[in-house]
Amino acid sequence: MAGKPSESLGRVAYVNARLVDPASGLDAPGALLTEGEVIADFGAGLFSEGVPEGIKVVDCGGHCLIPGLVDIRVQLREPGEEHKGTLASGGRAATAGGITTMVCLPNTVPVIDDMSVVEFIARRARLLGLTKVYCYGAVTKGLEGRALAEMGMLAEAGAVAFTDGVKAVGDAQVMRRALSYAGTYRLLIVQHPEESSLAEDGAMNAGETATRLGLQGIPRAAEIIIVERDIRLVEMTGGRIHFAHVSTAEAIEAVARAKARGLNVTCDTAPPYFALNETAVGDYRTFAKLSPPLRAEADRQAVVDGLKNGTIDAIASDHAPHDEDAKRLPFAQAACGGIGLETLLPVSLEFYQNGQMSLTDVLRLLTCGPADVLGLSAGRLEKGLPADLTLFDPDRAWKVVADDLLSKSKNSPFDGRPVQGRVLRTVVDGRAVYGREG
Amino acid sequence: MDGNAPNRAFAHRHLLGIEGLSADEITYLLDLADTYFEFNRGPDKKLDMLRGCTVMNLFFEDSTRTRTSFELAGKRLGGDVINMSVRSSSIKKGETVIDTAMTLNAMNPDVLIVRHPDSGAVELLSQKVTCSVINAGDGSHEHPTQALLDALTIRRRRGGLQGLKVAICGDIVHSRVARSNIHLLNTMGARVRLIAPRTLIPEGVERLGVEVFYDMKEGLEDCDIVMMLRLQSERMHGNFFPSIREYFHFFGLDYEKLASAKPDALIMHPGPMNRGVEIDSEVADDFGRSAIREQVEMGVAVRMACLELLTLNRPETEQGNL
Repeated sequence: MAGKPSESLGRVAYVNARLVDPASGLDAPGALLTEGEVIADFGAGLFSEGVPEGIKVVDCGGHCLIPGLVDIRVQLREPGEEHKGTLASGGRAATAGGITTMVCLPNTVPVIDDMSVVEFIARRARLLGLTKVYCYGAVTKGLEGRALAEMGMLAEAGAVAFTDGVKAVGDAQVMRRALSYAGTYRLLIVQHPEESSLAEDGAMNAGETATRLGLQGIPRAAEIIIVERDIRLVEMTGGRIHFAHVSTAEAIEAVARAKARGLNVTCDTAPPYFALNETAVGDYRTFAKLSPPLRAEADRQAVVDGLKNGTIDAIASDHAPHDEDAKRLPFAQAACGGIGLETLLPVSLEFYQNGQMSLTDVLRLLTCGPADVLGLSAGRLEKGLPADLTLFDPDRAWKVVADDLLSKSKNSPFDGRPVQGRVLRTVVDGRAVYGREG
Repeated sequence: MDGNAPNRAFAHRHLLGIEGLSADEITYLLDLADTYFEFNRGPDKKLDMLRGCTVMNLFFEDSTRTRTSFELAGKRLGGDVINMSVRSSSIKKGETVIDTAMTLNAMNPDVLIVRHPDSGAVELLSQKVTCSVINAGDGSHEHPTQALLDALTIRRRRGGLQGLKVAICGDIVHSRVARSNIHLLNTMGARVRLIAPRTLIPEGVERLGVEVFYDMKEGLEDCDIVMMLRLQSERMHGNFFPSIREYFHFFGLDYEKLASAKPDALIMHPGPMNRGVEIDSEVADDFGRSAIREQVEMGVAVRMACLELLTLNRPETEQGNL
């Protein structure tokens, strides 16, 4: 149920909730009041005497009320590839997943290397009134890895950071100039860390499984080399970098060392890299064909450790919708990527359910953690901030059935997985944009 | 213009750069150039100081304005000026820089004025000839006469250089004009700031005694002098900035950015200007604030002073290279 902008929002009281705000450490039963589009008040004692007249009441049934999730790596496919997904279908899937802010990659058609595309996406998202959508600008024109894009003007138009999307900026000199030039305006560059010549033609993680299946392997070193290289370039240029979807132990270690040296380096990972390993490929399951590829168990464990010890700053879905035709092909020819908006929360909650992390720590990786990476004022409960909220039941069990998901494309690597954690209501700017009964 | 006495105030055989010149030497040169400035505005612009002297302009890199300026300087002093550019000489036939220089040296010139696209090439050449050498610009290294004429322009407008806040804006990393100016302004007690995108700021430049700014409005605050450099696309191999329009938006001099400098701040440019790239057309034509035309006029005067000092020095001093 998308919001009706013409309706006056008035005041809404969310009562009988377990308030969790990772940014402040709050985890307590209480209530929250929104006024119009913003959070007016919240806390343990609020409305303990009852809710005054004239305020709409939402009974949270004891479930978790948290800041709306912030997903900093999503491919929305619009403009240009609307057969795979649109801002509308992506928005609906996101709100069903409890996500209230998304940041989309620039590998659209046309590429987001011009201010006009930034404005197009901002305007379309505003009209749809679902999740808030920000976008990344390109690092290089056309994502070709050669000429710098107009990062200064793209930032002025609203781009929140810069990336070449699903490709690394491969040439070291170009990356060096990009980091240096972006540093002029204190802009962040997000890198897909993969040395392209090593990864060329590879279909899955290099190793025993690839060998048995007769598939060309992508060596782990392809990721590690770029992470280590770019950390050196950051040191050289004084720039800022964020590594997307880290999947190998050494890459995570390199980030940890860089942070210890005071360099401006952050990273995220995606649920497949801590919840699955390369055995998920099984007998050529193309829904498990991802970029970077699913790794061996030791790397999966390293990603888990990296999340627990704080080296990894955020979990992002890396939502990459593909139509059936792109995936129903021999493994080597199939497109890379999986959808992830609706499984981001439940799969991440597995850390909480099996006692590896507290609820607050898991949710931090989905709210203020990613928001802070990009400097967005989202992902936290604070008086005066926009009322972007998610209400969810952490215990409700369900099974991921790809065809039942709201995403236009159904390529989920978690198809068939039993999970726990159901979004009950998603609120953006004080309006309910998603609701689920029962 | 004491024609015959050896010059203890300026005891160098060559003028290869500003780095290494003392404040006194610079002042001496500027004072001498001042007298030539007055002379150049007079009715009779011919002297015999360099009568019988041979001055060769040896330009391995295109330049009409600098070469013309030196040619005029030499002729007004009564010298015989020969222009040699790469196209018309044996360099094109594969002769090396040194061989060319030594061939010309065998014709006994008194002064060679040399411009070359490689840093250090003029110094290399100066070691192989017996005459004096003036560096008219070597690669990205130095362009001493440009810095001297800039200093003369400022000095005439402001009375001196000490304590002035000077912002040098643009393609610093490739600019010999920037480097020579940094040396000169620091030696004369001015305070230099550089303003450019980070990719155009050379590494370690702070150690030359300058402040670096990536925000133009901030960098221009309270400045007395704004020196704009040309964006040298012919020197750029690879990516230093994404587009002209983005460069102009953030680093082009327009009235909005100029507003943070002092209200009477002087605008300078070594030329040739790229209108709409590093400088807004309106600002460039604002003759009340722009000293760009004066700079050209100072150029001839400064070059006459340099020619005088170097030709008079030759027999007396064996102090070697500057």
